[in-house]
Parts: sequence; structure tokens; C-alpha cells
Amino acid sequence: MATMTIAKAINEGLRASLENDPKTLLMGEDIGELGGVYRVTDGLKKDFGALRVVDSPLAESGIIGTAIGLALRGYRPICEIQFDGFVFPGFNQITTQLAKLRTRSDGMLSAPVVIRIPYGGGIGSVEHHSESPEALFAHTAGLRIITPSNAQDAYWMIQQAVTCEDPVIVFEPKRRYWLKGEVDTSAPVGDPFSAHVLRSGTDATIVAYGPLVPVALAAAAAAEEDGRSVEVIDLRSISPIDFDTVTESVTRTGRLIVAHEAPTFGGIGGEIAARISERAFLSLEAPVIRVGGFHMPYPVARVEEQYLPDIDRILEALDRAFAY
Amino acid sequence: MNSSRLPAAEFEAEEVVRATLPAEPDGGPGAVALQVLAADGTLARGLTATIAGEHVDFSPYLAADDAGHLRSLYRDMFLIRRFDQESTALQRQGQLALWVPLTGQEAAQIGSGRALAPQDYAFPTYREHGVALTRGVELSDILRLFRGVTNGGWDPRERNFHLYTLVLAAQSLHAVGYAMGIQRDQLADPSLPRAASIAYFGDGASSEGDIHESMVFAASFDAPVVFFCQNNQWAISVPSSVQAKVPLAQRAEGYGFPGVRVDGNDVVAVEAVTRWALERARSGRGPVLIEAYTYRMSAHTTADDPTKYRLTQDEQEWQPRDPLIRLETYLRAAGLADDAFFEDLGAEAATMAADLRQVVLAMTAPDLESRFAAVYAEPHPLVQEELRFFQQYEAGFADEGKHA
Ligand SMILES: Cc1ncc(C[n+]2csc(CCOP(=O)(O)OP(=O)(O)O)c2C)c(N)n1
Repeated sequence: MATMTIAKAINEGLRASLENDPKTLLMGEDIGELGGVYRVTDGLKKDFGALRVVDSPLAESGIIGTAIGLALRGYRPICEIQFDGFVFPGFNQITTQLAKLRTRSDGMLSAPVVIRIPYGGGIGSVEHHSESPEALFAHTAGLRIITPSNAQDAYWMIQQAVTCEDPVIVFEPKRRYWLKGEVDTSAPVGDPFSAHVLRSGTDATIVAYGPLVPVALAAAAAAEEDGRSVEVIDLRSISPIDFDTVTESVTRTGRLIVAHEAPTFGGIGGEIAARISERAFLSLEAPVIRVGGFHMPYPVARVEEQYLPDIDRILEALDRAFAY
Repeated sequence: MNSSRLPAAEFEAEEVVRATLPAEPDGGPGAVALQVLAADGTLARGLTATIAGEHVDFSPYLAADDAGHLRSLYRDMFLIRRFDQESTALQRQGQLALWVPLTGQEAAQIGSGRALAPQDYAFPTYREHGVALTRGVELSDILRLFRGVTNGGWDPRERNFHLYTLVLAAQSLHAVGYAMGIQRDQLADPSLPRAASIAYFGDGASSEGDIHESMVFAASFDAPVVFFCQNNQWAISVPSSVQAKVPLAQRAEGYGFPGVRVDGNDVVAVEAVTRWALERARSGRGPVLIEAYTYRMSAHTTADDPTKYRLTQDEQEWQPRDPLIRLETYLRAAGLADDAFFEDLGAEAATMAADLRQVVLAMTAPDLESRFAAVYAEPHPLVQEELRFFQQYEAGFADEGKHA
């Protein structure tokens, strides 16, 4: 067991991937000498060289599009998008090309490209540096989307994304990059597309992912003081979603809160609410309640604390759920 | 709007054509296009040009003296035109959802396609039927996409010919990435046959950001890729003058690699120039942009109506520049092909068309059920769940026969 930050865990995971398979390579803006703006790729170019850690031209479509070409040639590119709000120049390549390569080739071709995107707010930054666009990608069939919330997952999930035959987008919770945790580098964490129950409870379930997992855990701890036993599920995978784990939990607890930073409208929370209503309607004591961002562009940093779901917003939602 | 027109002088036959880019200061369509087979059917024996300051002698790549080769180029162009006509007819008869004709572009496609080595990899857009022919792709397979039974149609790896791409310019980046892969493969194993990729796109697509980004990437990494732009002068109804104020080939210079404009109706010159560019790329000297200056004699697609935007006069002007007529004139005048050759070819094409028709009519739609399997490479619970639902739902109609 080693203690490391999430950023370091991803760095170590990338290092392991580069060591395990000579066909893997990293591509992105400023990922070489600088080690990425968040230093997640720190030191990798020094150790693996410019052919394996490619400082690309400043062009997101170019990064994703050439990664697809490399994948067609048998390589396994891992692309870094510098910030969430800058993935959109590459959106076309991701949604019309990467996601569809397998279907278009009737299953003959795979596109094992990994795209890493630091996402979410809470870092006091300027516009386009704090967004949560995961639902825009989750809506596209052919992509897989995961988001680790702790160092152990961060270390293993990136490696599992790299060995997956499908394209995987890894949304990395940037405000948690410096969150430390134990990493067992000898034992993988199992299916990266499954949800994990992080805390068990009997009265309500909170589903969260990425940056909001620590918030959900803190809210559950606070609720316990009020005598409420709250289960917390780290979704981990946004596409596919492990509905079995969520359904099982809600069947026992009867109440579900889904929390994410992205705006609730058209978001992942709505998808979970709808599915759980279909699957566990008779077990529900209250409607599924979503806690998330408002229908506005991510606000300026000075007010983001009010925008971001925090412990109190989750507790308020729990109160509403218990009021039924 | 007046369509751009190729100055007649450009097509004058010379023993050796000397060309320099960039050419005309007005930036119009008039950059000199390299040519050996003139519109009147005379064939030059040499071709040199100064490209990006480099003196290039294309003569080693010219097949001007190989009668068998010239006949085979003609054969390919003839067959693919017949294929095009048959496919157009099939669409008119409701057998295809859409057809994208290539008539007029046979020389650009056959010439460039024949320049490829087996280990090279081609990334077409959606009109490269001629290139597909040169790669050995079963022509009927191309029609699967247009009949609506698949979005692919063939195994790209078998012939090193990628699937058609309908999102303009997207494939140019794939070609560059593939070329970057070739580079890495060769570094790891220098005994591999040297290879290159080639990206096809149109004059309209040249405005897309992906073309720009692909050229930046290709130049930055000296990727072994050839960009092959077929400037057929129209992007549906919009003339190429709206896409570019300079000859497209000239743009390459801004990225730092050579650009060359070739007479796209001259199959011999197209082949020579592409051979040169590919060899240059394979030998590690980086990308080349080729602009094949040609004319789309047919409509953009079977859904298009060129009478709304195009002058009949233009069409008439281009008629005599027909790439097939041009080579036929030469072959006949030089005594390299006689009536019997052309009659045999006509018969072969008729048989091919009849066979094609049969194959197309026999193509059946896949079951939607089979489509669930091709979304992801690895098991996916949502797809599995929806498949189970679909199967049960369909089974509910078993008694009533197939529901509408
Ligand atoms: C990204 C994108 N935008 C628009 C279209 C619709 N479209 C299909 S073909 C075409 C014109 C293409 O012209 P050009 O690149 O010159 O190729 P050509 O068809 O003339 O060979 C357009 C606008 C498309 N397929 N993709």
C-alpha cells in the first residue's frame, strides 16, 4: 500500500500502461516537458521519449482524429484534453467517428482510444475551466465513460480504460487531484464499469460520482447525526451505468438522491431517476430527487460555492425525500 | 455566379511541361496544372516542375511508354464509369437510397489509386469508387452503404482501403494518425516495407477545420501521408472560389510541405505525380498535397439538381476534356488499341453491370437484432438489456407474422 494523490495515482497508472504495452502512447497539449497543466503526466516524457509522450499541436480535433488513425494502425492512444470546456473542438471526432467506428465497420474494427478530461468546478477558475459535460457524451452510443473518485480507482481505472477494446472517456475530478488515498498497486479493483457501495445504510441512498463522492459521504455522515442511515454509492461508470447496484440499494432503502455537478436538466441524474422509477417503483417511498447544477452556464468563480452541490443541498434533498 | 474555368492554355500539349507553383497572381483557378496527356490526345514523354523550390523530374514515374499499362488505366476508367452509370440507374429505380456519381473524376481516382502500393493505406471520402476498384474492393460492396444495409460494406484491412466517411474531412486526421503509426512501426522494425497513407477529400471539404489540423499534424511530425484533393470545382452548388482564393495546392506551402496541382483529367500525369508524392512520403520526407484539378460532369449526388447552379456552357466546355476520350484518342492514334479492344471492354463492362445488378437486388437488410452486437467490442449491460427487450417485444408478434 502506498499513499498518493489522485493525480499521482493517474500518473503511476499511465506509467504502468506505458510499461506494459509498447503500443500505448500519450498525446495532448503540454503533456511532455511540462507534464500537463495539472502535472498528471509529469516525468513520463523523460522516461518514455517523445514518440510515446507526444506534445501535440494545439488542436483537439487533431488530437482525437489522429488518435483514431493510430488506433486503426494498432496503437492505443491516450489523449489528454486540457480542460473540460475545450473538448468541443474535438466533439465531432469523438461522437461521429470514434463512437461509431465499431458499428460502421460491422464489428470489424475497434477504436481503443482513451480520452482523459479533467472536469468539474471548485477550483476558482475562469470560464470553460469548470464544466461537467459528461451527459453530452453519455448520450452517444459506442462510448464508455468512467470517473474515479479516489486514488485507488484512479490508479486502476485508467489502466483498465487503456486495455478496454472500446473507446473510453475518463473524466477526472480536477478539484480532487490533490486528494490523497491508499493505493494497492498489486490488486486491481475489478470491473471499472461497476458502481461501488462506499457506505451502507437502510433509510436512503445517495448516488454520486467523481468530485461529489466526498460530499455525498460527508452528507451521509451528517445525516447519521440526525438518526438517518444513508447508503452512499460511487457510480464510477457513467456509461454504462450499473443500475443493478443502484436498484438493489434503493429496493432496500426506499429513497434515492442523485447528486452531480452538471446541470440537472438533461443530465445523468434524470436518467438514473427514470430507470429507478421503472425498476423499483413499488419500493420507492419518495420520488427520486436530483441535486445538481442549475440551468445556466457554469457561473463565475466568486459564486461557484453557491452553485456547486454541497453537503447542505444534499441534506435538504434528503429532508424532502423523508417528508413523503 | 460564374463558375471558375480552367484556361485553355493550361491544357496545351508540350513535349515537356514545365510548371511552377504558386502561379498566377490573381489567385484564380489558373495555377498551372501538370499534364502529359493533352486534351487533344497527344502524350508527352517527360514531366518536370519546380515545386516549393524543389526541381522535380517526374519522368521516372511516368508510364508513357508502357502500352499495356496505359490500356489497363483505360480499362479501369471505363469499368468504373460503367459502374457509376449502373449505380445511378439502380438509384433511379429505387434500389439505392442515394448515389454519389464520379463521372469526370475517373482519371484522378484511377491514376492516384494505381500509384498506391499494397502496404499503403487509403482513406476515402464517399466518392472514391475508382480508388476502391484499384484496391480490389468488390464494387458491389460499395453499394451496401447506399442500399442501406450497412454503414460500411467491406473489411478495410483486407484491401487497405478504409470505409467511406460522410462527415467531410474527418478521415484526413485518421490518415495522418495512421501515418504516424506507420512511422512508429518502421522505427520498431526497419525491415518493414515502407508505407504511406493517402487522404482523399474535395475542394469543399478543404475548408473544414479537420483538413487544416491534419496538415498541421502531418507537417509537425513529418508523417508519411499524401493529401489528395479532387477539386471538381463544386461543393454541391457552391463553386470552389467560395472555398479558396488561391489554388488549393498553394496552401501546402503555408504548412511547410510541397503542394502540386495536376491536371485531374490526365490519368498518366496523376499517376506519376502521386507515385512521386507517395515515394517521397515513404522515404521519410514528409507529406505532399496534390490538387487534382478536374470537373464533376455528373450531379453531386442523385438528389442534386445541377441545372439550378451550373452553366450548360461549362459542361459543354469540359466535355472534350473527358479523361476517357482523351486516353482513347491517344491509344487509337498511337496504334496501341483497336476497335476490338474497345468492343471487348464494352462487353466486359456490360457483363459486370449485369452481375452487379443481380448482386444488389439480392442484398437483404440485416435484422436490427444484429446491430446490437456491433455497438461495443466488450459486453455492455445497457445494450444487452435493450436487446432482451427487443427480442421479447418482437417475439410478441410471432403469431401475427412480421409486424409493420
Ligand atoms: C461536415 C459536413 N458538412 C456538410 C456535409 C454535407 N455535404 C455533403 S457533400 C458536400 C459538398 C462536398 O464538396 P466537396 O468537398 O468539394 O466534395 P465533392 O462532393 O464535390 O466531391 C456537403 C456540403 C457533410 N457531409 N459533412
